[in-house]
Amino acid sequence: MMSIWKNISLGSLFVAAIPCLAQTAQPATKPAVKPAVHATTDQAGQVAFNNNCSRCHHAPEGFSPHIAGTIVMHMRARANLSKKDEQDILRFLNP
Amino acid sequence: MSTRFSNLECSTLFRVFAVPLLSLGLLSSAPCASAQAEHVPLISGGGGFVTSTNGGNTSYIPTIVPVLAAPLGPNLLIESRATLLEDFFPKGGGQGYDHTHFVGVSYIQADYFATSHLTVVGGYFLTPFGTYSERLSPIWISNLQDAPIISPLGTMGNSVLGGQVRGSAYSSSHVSLDYAAYYSGRSSNEQIVSQHATGGRFEAYFPQQQLEIGYSYGRVLQGTHSNSNGFHVWWTPQKLPLRVRSQYSHGAHSQGYWIETDFRLSKSGGEGSVIGRLEPVFRMQQTFRNSAGGDGLPAQDTQRADFGLDYHLPHEVRINTSYARQFSASGNKNVWETGIVYRFLFPTWKGK
Repeated sequence: MMSIWKNISLGSLFVAAIPCLAQTAQPATKPAVKPAVHATTDQAGQVAFNNNCSRCHHAPEGFSPHIAGTIVMHMRARANLSKKDEQDILRFLNP
Repeated sequence: MSTRFSNLECSTLFRVFAVPLLSLGLLSSAPCASAQAEHVPLISGGGGFVTSTNGGNTSYIPTIVPVLAAPLGPNLLIESRATLLEDFFPKGGGQGYDHTHFVGVSYIQADYFATSHLTVVGGYFLTPFGTYSERLSPIWISNLQDAPIISPLGTMGNSVLGGQVRGSAYSSSHVSLDYAAYYSGRSSNEQIVSQHATGGRFEAYFPQQQLEIGYSYGRVLQGTHSNSNGFHVWWTPQKLPLRVRSQYSHGAHSQGYWIETDFRLSKSGGEGSVIGRLEPVFRMQQTFRNSAGGDGLPAQDTQRADFGLDYHLPHEVRINTSYARQFSASGNKNVWETGIVYRFLFPTWKGK
């Protein structure tokens, strides 16, 4: 009976430790994911983001910088962005 | 909600959705990885688990809505979105639950950026009519689970197969004008259902007033030809975490409007605070039946008020709750809905 409780306890500890282990390992193994839309002071980009993106959705919390180009390309088609707004938002997301 | 679903074989899903997308993803990887590192294909979308108690019957619906965006060079983009869900609903008479699954392609299209003012779209795309289908329907954006009742008007079944031109006609610090126009053919393919139709949308946005107004038009060119018209007004002030959106649509047999407002309580300690993560939502809508017709709207005049409360958790997770009271000559009812939605966004491979 004791061994069952011991196994359950060890199992619970292991499950509980997974998120902690994952979080501590993250900086060493993953490339830096920056909070793109909060980390820059690009005024034109901020205005373009507010005038276009924020009309429909909240700012994303962050994403890998090297997909910023694809995101903005995708949104140029979805949101009818002008070329200038596309470039401003791209510079804002990935200065 | 379950009435819109149909059962599909897994092989159909694989043939129609997975194979083309995987092929496009592989094709796009070669030129972009070496020449344009910033144009990395991405997978985005949302996953959620929602419940809906409609007139006393509760359904449980786990959902995944993946999006693929794969650039083929700087001027061509392949994109697609699909919906995969399982609907667990009561059989009635206390006989337990039954379930049905649904797999559907919302759009699969190629976008060619011809000039700074013109994008040419080909394929199966969301019909550019009104605002909800194209801009607010994704589960990681919509404030309320249910679409507005008038959303079928003018959208030709939500997506059409054909060609479209769209883009920003003019943009300055005072006004932005953009447009979309399409022509579509008829298709009865299991996944690519389309009507022979034409239409478009034109809208103006005034940045200083944060005001957007737009007009949509659609014409069915098969069977009995008919027109749909739509008007929308949005006000999204930047100094307040408030958004007010509204739309009026008029079809051959019915008409209606919706007005929705949400207010993020971010003034109370910022968006990351316990209170600042709350977002009350309210939507009022009415539909009016002019004559009998299968346009997807209720057979009787209907009024509905939705009261929602969304909570934005960290890491792109959101909890949605809402209560709605619907009034109709065919019967009044309460609709309770809850859900948790996760929005994901990642590249198809690791970057440098």
